[in-house]
Amino acid sequence: MAREAYITGVGQSEVGVRLPRHPLLLTLDAAKEAIAEAGLTFGQIDGVFSFPGKSPGYLAFSPVGTDEVIEALGIKSKWQMGGLEQPAQLSAIGMAAWAVQQGICRHVLCFRTVYEAGGMADPATYMGARPDTVSGASQWTSPFWATSAACWTAQYAARHVHKYGLTREQLGQIAINGSKNAMLNPRAKAITKDELTLDKYMSARMISTPLCLYDCDRFSDASTVVIVSAGDALDEVKCEPIRIAAMSGSVDRYSWDQVEWPAAYDAGPDLWRHTDYTVDDVDTAQFYDGFAFLPITWLEGLGFCEKGEGGRFIEGGTRIARDGQLPLNTAGGQLGAGRLHGFGFAHEAVTQLRGNAGERQIPGNPKVAVATSGGGPLAAALLLAKD
Amino acid sequence: MSPPRPKPKLDQENTAFWTGGSEGKLKIVHCADCGQYTHPPRVLCRHCQSENITAKAVAGTGVIDTFTINHQPWAKDLEVPFVIARVALDGVPGVYLTTNIVGCPVEAVAFGDPVRVVFEEQDGIFYPLFEKVA
Repeated sequence: MAREAYITGVGQSEVGVRLPRHPLLLTLDAAKEAIAEAGLTFGQIDGVFSFPGKSPGYLAFSPVGTDEVIEALGIKSKWQMGGLEQPAQLSAIGMAAWAVQQGICRHVLCFRTVYEAGGMADPATYMGARPDTVSGASQWTSPFWATSAACWTAQYAARHVHKYGLTREQLGQIAINGSKNAMLNPRAKAITKDELTLDKYMSARMISTPLCLYDCDRFSDASTVVIVSAGDALDEVKCEPIRIAAMSGSVDRYSWDQVEWPAAYDAGPDLWRHTDYTVDDVDTAQFYDGFAFLPITWLEGLGFCEKGEGGRFIEGGTRIARDGQLPLNTAGGQLGAGRLHGFGFAHEAVTQLRGNAGERQIPGNPKVAVATSGGGPLAAALLLAKD
Repeated sequence: MSPPRPKPKLDQENTAFWTGGSEGKLKIVHCADCGQYTHPPRVLCRHCQSENITAKAVAGTGVIDTFTINHQPWAKDLEVPFVIARVALDGVPGVYLTTNIVGCPVEAVAFGDPVRVVFEEQDGIFYPLFEKVA
């Protein structure tokens, strides 16, 4: 029988916009909180995994590497990994699960640190030199001023509008729900100051139709840490372990404009092949919402509703509210709580399953959660269970 | 006046695509063995892995597969709004180009509209844009 992997600790730094605190110190803040929650010490950590690894050409996107964390926290690591060439952000946690399942590591520290707001205050250090040409995948979009993933995602969303009748009133429920939840999240105070109303949403300026300003997440500075432990190392932790019950990933060509729909429609169904749980068992969903359209692809891809029905599923917002059938993005998501870049969804899933979500805690002792990441041609999902 | 378009760095794989417009031709990598097209261009056929490939001129017409009206100026002085579209090329199954639809008001663009290529030259690069077929 394969060994099991558990999330034993989660931690998060302050989340802000243009925080003066150095990104390595933000990472330290999150790491300290996570190991304290797990009841571990840095001396017990023997692996460090991250997405996407340090990105020297654009440090604001990923300012801290696994080697710096190993060095700065005094970790004796057996295995480390940081890489962009993975199926989306949460795949770093998936790789850590493999490492503990294989017996290579016992306790792996996984992190994602972002400094995309703070970096703008020090462009020479964090923003990198602007190249005078474009190459790689961006050469197929940037020359037409489709420079942002907003423009790429907008074209999937527009297809949904055209084919299935998704309305702005429906789409707006993702950001509105996120803002309501963010108002109850102490760590989201720098990102969401007022609750978003439908009127305010409908009158917002367009970015790239059908996506308006509130459909796009906002650069922020933060670090999120998730500790993954081996099932046979649980006697070393002092916490309620949350089992990684299943995981799935998908990369379809790595070309945003050569695939009809985002990869959630592949990674979603695949998740259920690895577990006895079904979609009906899920108590809360934490879906990547870098753009508001993406949770709709996860709702449909994972089978919470039929393909094309996502807009009607979220209509009015009651079904995805904290007291609804499927509480969604209960910390606010990235739209409400900042662009934590994927790891925030695993953090919140574990927080809810442990009953630690304070004012935003969902009722009914939740036992199963799904956390997802990615958009476009890459996607990764985790099924987390308190069993 | 909008700023110059981001300029692709020419290499062995992409030069035929970005310079084909100098002959008025839209060129897509085509496999002489299996007959299928590969885009983005590679040094091999992505369908059968044959190296027997050439950049072949295609019709240069297509239909709008999906599109967005972009309102955000992503660069200083970039004039907005404009249409970013994905065009499905006639006779080139499975290949889509991200492009701009030019020569008509943004409100006039719709799914399924037939379009044809027009090249905009800047600094030796021939950007394939598309306009609606009247």
